[in-house]
Amino acid sequence: MSELLQIDNLGKRFGGFVALENITLSVRAGERLGLIGPNGSGKSTLVNCICGTLRHEQGSVRFDGRTLDGLIAHQRTHLGLARSFQLPRPFVSLSLIDNIRIPLLYTVAARGTHRAAREVEDRCSDLLREVGLQAKAHHLPRDLTQVEMRKLELARAMAAEPKLLIADESMAGLTHSEIQDILTLLVRLNERGVTIILIEHIMRAVMSFSQRLVVLVSGRKIADGQPDEVVRNPEVEKAYLG
Amino acid sequence: MIFSYDLLINAVVSGILIGGFYAAVSSGITLSFGILDIVNIAHPAFIILGSYVAYSVNATLGLDPILTAIVMMPAFYVLGAGIYQVYYVSFEKRGQESLRGLAFFFGLLFITEVTLVLYFGVDYRYVDAPYIGPTLHFGMLDVPLRILVPFLVSLLLIAALELILTRTFIGRAIMAVAQDQLALRLMAIDPIRIKRIAFGISIATASLAGAFLIIIQPVEPSVGREYIGRVFAICVLGGMGSLPGTLIAAMLIGIVESLTSTFYGPSWAPAVSFGFLLLTLAFRPAGLLGR
Amino acid sequence: MRTPLFVLIWLVIGGVLFAVSVALGNDYVFFAGYVVLQYVVLGTAWNILGGYCGYVNFGSAAFFALGAYSTVAIYKFYPLPIPLLLPISAVVSGVVGFGMGYLTLRLRGAFFAIATLALAVVLETLVVNWDYVGGSRGAYIIRPEEIEPIGNYIRYLFLIMLLLAIGAITVARLIERSRLGYGFATIRDDELAAEASGVPTLRLKLIATTISGALMGMAGAPFPYYIGYLQPSSTFGLDYAVNSIAMPLIGGTTSWVGPLIGALLLGSMQQIATVTISSAVNLLIVGCVLVAFVIVAPNGIIGLFHTYLQRKPDDFVGRRRLDADLPGSVP
Repeated sequence: MSELLQIDNLGKRFGGFVALENITLSVRAGERLGLIGPNGSGKSTLVNCICGTLRHEQGSVRFDGRTLDGLIAHQRTHLGLARSFQLPRPFVSLSLIDNIRIPLLYTVAARGTHRAAREVEDRCSDLLREVGLQAKAHHLPRDLTQVEMRKLELARAMAAEPKLLIADESMAGLTHSEIQDILTLLVRLNERGVTIILIEHIMRAVMSFSQRLVVLVSGRKIADGQPDEVVRNPEVEKAYLG
Repeated sequence: MIFSYDLLINAVVSGILIGGFYAAVSSGITLSFGILDIVNIAHPAFIILGSYVAYSVNATLGLDPILTAIVMMPAFYVLGAGIYQVYYVSFEKRGQESLRGLAFFFGLLFITEVTLVLYFGVDYRYVDAPYIGPTLHFGMLDVPLRILVPFLVSLLLIAALELILTRTFIGRAIMAVAQDQLALRLMAIDPIRIKRIAFGISIATASLAGAFLIIIQPVEPSVGREYIGRVFAICVLGGMGSLPGTLIAAMLIGIVESLTSTFYGPSWAPAVSFGFLLLTLAFRPAGLLGR
Repeated sequence: MRTPLFVLIWLVIGGVLFAVSVALGNDYVFFAGYVVLQYVVLGTAWNILGGYCGYVNFGSAAFFALGAYSTVAIYKFYPLPIPLLLPISAVVSGVVGFGMGYLTLRLRGAFFAIATLALAVVLETLVVNWDYVGGSRGAYIIRPEEIEPIGNYIRYLFLIMLLLAIGAITVARLIERSRLGYGFATIRDDELAAEASGVPTLRLKLIATTISGALMGMAGAPFPYYIGYLQPSSTFGLDYAVNSIAMPLIGGTTSWVGPLIGALLLGSMQQIATVTISSAVNLLIVGCVLVAFVIVAPNGIIGLFHTYLQRKPDDFVGRRRLDADLPGSVP
């Protein structure tokens, strides 16, 4: 297994505030990585830098052998990176099924795969079914609950047929069985070959899902390794329990 | 192009003086756009309204335009507060400021302008006052009083606004509402009320600016249009919410416009402020004294 | 409905309209109708960038005027027939549209709108100072009396604008139903999420400004022949800007139907007002109707229609099923 994502010495500041400092991280193809850290530790900033929503000032990001530095967000998505947003950002004037359609129209099509309209339609329905939103396929996002919007976020990211999927707190507010559903979904995706970075606060989910765990505190990586070892790390305990 | 120091000095000084007036004109936009993020593209129309009010009172009662404008400021304040209320309920609350809010003000611009045309006609109007006419001479330098007086009162206006914003409770609340509405609510201050007051003040300045305008030059309803780009250019160049920045930017634009007009001809002058605006937006959106 | 059928139906409607106008015997119908149809084109063109993508262009007049001045510039060199002038104006205004987009599309909402206004004034100043096209003195174009086989020249102009209007709504409808339409909608809704989903937002926005600009330029190309005397101040006037914004907002911005309805309604109202009251009242009407609609009916007439039918004011794009197979590559 080779490094799919390679982050070296990544740094990001907002004016005087250092959001990320010296982040070095690698993710192997097919891996299930968990990313945890207290609120404000820089997890979402890291995701934004990886995906191109934000420009980082220091360091580099390499994906699938190529450097991502300088590439715009949509170009990175075309290369196989996909993410869900922590605060859902649906396309409010499009129905759910059309929300799902967008990555298929723009990302998948850009890779040269020709798909008939019927096939695209089916694919959209399948994705909605996988997250349990099939019944509301033709509704607008404003008709969704917070929980359903998170599922839509995930489904939309999946629609881009990524090599690496970053799920940013998709499970907030879900019930125990709903969390299990999402986990099963993600594991199934992983079995199909999709590398997954799971960013979560729900420890049970992260522990059961991750093959490796990375901890971010105040913009720095303080732990990186086997989940059970990481949680026993005294620095990690301190970060969470104060 | 005829170059002489005489022309140059007069152009620069004239630019500075006009710049002061421009600052007064733009101060309203600094409040509404720079601080409150409301794109009141109709502001110049309210200034013209102020000009016509000053004209009407001056023509019928012979009162000094600046005095008239000051007396009318409360009325303009009420107008501004009312407009903000409509704007808030119709657009801000619904989250539709970008397109529909803009269109709302665009519509107001036309309604105001055409109403003035229908009521006053398209003839140029002017006012009479003892300081319109005489010119001070300092060697090469000619300073018409009708430009000097508005300049001085403009400086007073800017100073007064800056004091209000920095020293009074309401003023600081206005600055705060631009940054953190939630914090204000937690202090039991209604941000909507604060914004309404701020917008009211913004329109009140238009009353005074209008008087300045009609003192400096004859006015007809469509004169406001050439100010649309100017005021936004000055506001952006001045760093959005900064009154000192607005003053400096206004004088800068005044000087460049004056030089362009003197040495290249007045037909190029409109492009100056708009060109400045484009350059600022392209290269330094934070303005000269950026926030 | 397939596009060729759509075009055919509208050509028939247009033909009937033309025949009825001829039968009425009064040439004024053609003069007034030309203006209304011109606004159909301008409103539809504006809506492609404004309604579909959410970027408000205040500089519509500039693109319109560029089309008109292209005609003047060519006329002074050698008068070409209008069907040849149209593509030339389209290219000129389209290129300027592309350029404007390139300079300004990185700006957020309000700044973009103000920048378009600034650009329009800069362009106007350049034209005013260009003596070849008459500068501030204006330019005269002699309108021919007749043209074979239609006869009266004004009828010829009306016909051209009619075809342009049908062309404009066809283009708008094609965009709506294509992948481009979906992409535009995502730009309007959430540009950040659009980029994350793989939509090349800058490229699409440039396409929108180019098409929008080109259509506006084409609307302006016959104008010098219509008006006879071209003056920069009125040609570049804000009146075109307010109308091209008001008509889609009043009709509804989500579909090609909106600008059409808005232009037909508002345009006719203005023509009637000009004749019965005065031309200044025109703009008062536009201003009042615009303000009333954005406050009371933000989704325009289309929105009112949907609410009346108890349905949600859906996005037409959202409901559309793609007719044909998807292309394999980005346009």
